Amino acid sequence: MTEKHITIDGQTVPFTEGQTIMEAATAAGVYIPHLCHHPDFTPQGSCKLCTVNVNGRNLASCTFPAVDGQQICNNTEQLNADRKRLTQMLFVEGNHFCPSCEKSGNCQLQAVGYHLNMLDNHYPHFFALRKVDSSHPQLLLDHNRCIFCALCVRASHADGKDVFGIAGRGMNKHLVVNSSTGKLADSDISVSDKAAHICPTGAILVKGTAFKIPIGQRKFDHHDIDEAGLGEQHGE
Amino acid sequence: MANKIRVATTSLAGCFGCHMSFLDLDERLVPLADLVEFNRSPITDIKHCAPCDIGLIEGGVCNAENVHVLREFRNNCKILVAVGACSINGGLPAMRNSVPLEECLREAYLDGIGVENPMIPNDPELPLLLNKVHPIHEVVKIDYSLPGCPPSADVFWKFLTDLIAGKEPGLDYDLVHYD
Repeated sequence: MTEKHITIDGQTVPFTEGQTIMEAATAAGVYIPHLCHHPDFTPQGSCKLCTVNVNGRNLASCTFPAVDGQQICNNTEQLNADRKRLTQMLFVEGNHFCPSCEKSGNCQLQAVGYHLNMLDNHYPHFFALRKVDSSHPQLLLDHNRCIFCALCVRASHADGKDVFGIAGRGMNKHLVVNSSTGKLADSDISVSDKAAHICPTGAILVKGTAFKIPIGQRKFDHHDIDEAGLGEQHGE
Repeated sequence: MANKIRVATTSLAGCFGCHMSFLDLDERLVPLADLVEFNRSPITDIKHCAPCDIGLIEGGVCNAENVHVLREFRNNCKILVAVGACSINGGLPAMRNSVPLEECLREAYLDGIGVENPMIPNDPELPLLLNKVHPIHEVVKIDYSLPGCPPSADVFWKFLTDLIAGKEPGLDYDLVHYD
């Protein structure tokens, strides 16, 4: 049987039947920017940062299957310009004040901004009114920094729980906590859950760990997210 | 040099940290002074802009005076630059945007712990606060942005030397920080 392969930016990338384009690219060490994707969980294709051009059509690489002979453009000026605009929209939709955020330097949203050489936010800011839930003794939930990637929703299912959900639509979309009061403290979450550590931004943080590594010596302070190993890309 | 590049700077709703970082250019300020002259700036104490080549704006817009100053800079500077997190996204001052202005004033001047002689300042010389703090690109057109809290001296150096050399300014990975 001949090996099947796709071509990404001129590079031949082998894949096995059933792999998505993202999975094949990742296995070959090709970085495709993404935020809502994590290799441990079912892809949902919502952030659209991983959009690539496949045989002339733009598709989310985290959900689209690799098919023998696909000609894929990934690291192009146009796609990266689109990705920068998407990232800027994420920044203005929430309240992302990096200088006051404990996740700064280890944040994937920020790292994607750095990777794309994003120097401004381009759009007017929403300054959406969002709450901080500090009820849990060991965890902090800051809705200001949530980008609705739903990784915590999927991770909590993998934990055998159902702590998080996304409610509302459009402007009113928000992360909800499954508890009688809606507070994290009254939910089933525990600090050892995957869901407590999966957040790509600083929306879900473990208290008391914020400044273990000083600002300036953190993962993405000096290393582009495309250089980091896959585990490191996802904050592990 | 006969015709020096004319630079103006100001701090709106900022903390002057970006200006301090600019001064961190240290000995590089000497060769820079051969190439540029400063017009309106806290460094010169010139109060109003003459026509300038480059305007560096630190801080966002939090009151009526900030808006006037920003417009004066835009009207007089060929290239206007947003310097630092506050000018780009409002920064820490914009964290008051989730609190109604009246509540902010009450907490600071009336109800806060340790307030003596409680009274909300109302001198007519004080510029009126805006309901929200805004990034400067929401008020005037901005040509370039230098992120960071503050941007390092190396960022200022790279940007200004690129611009003075007639190159399109660019910041490498190590020079781009949002914190």
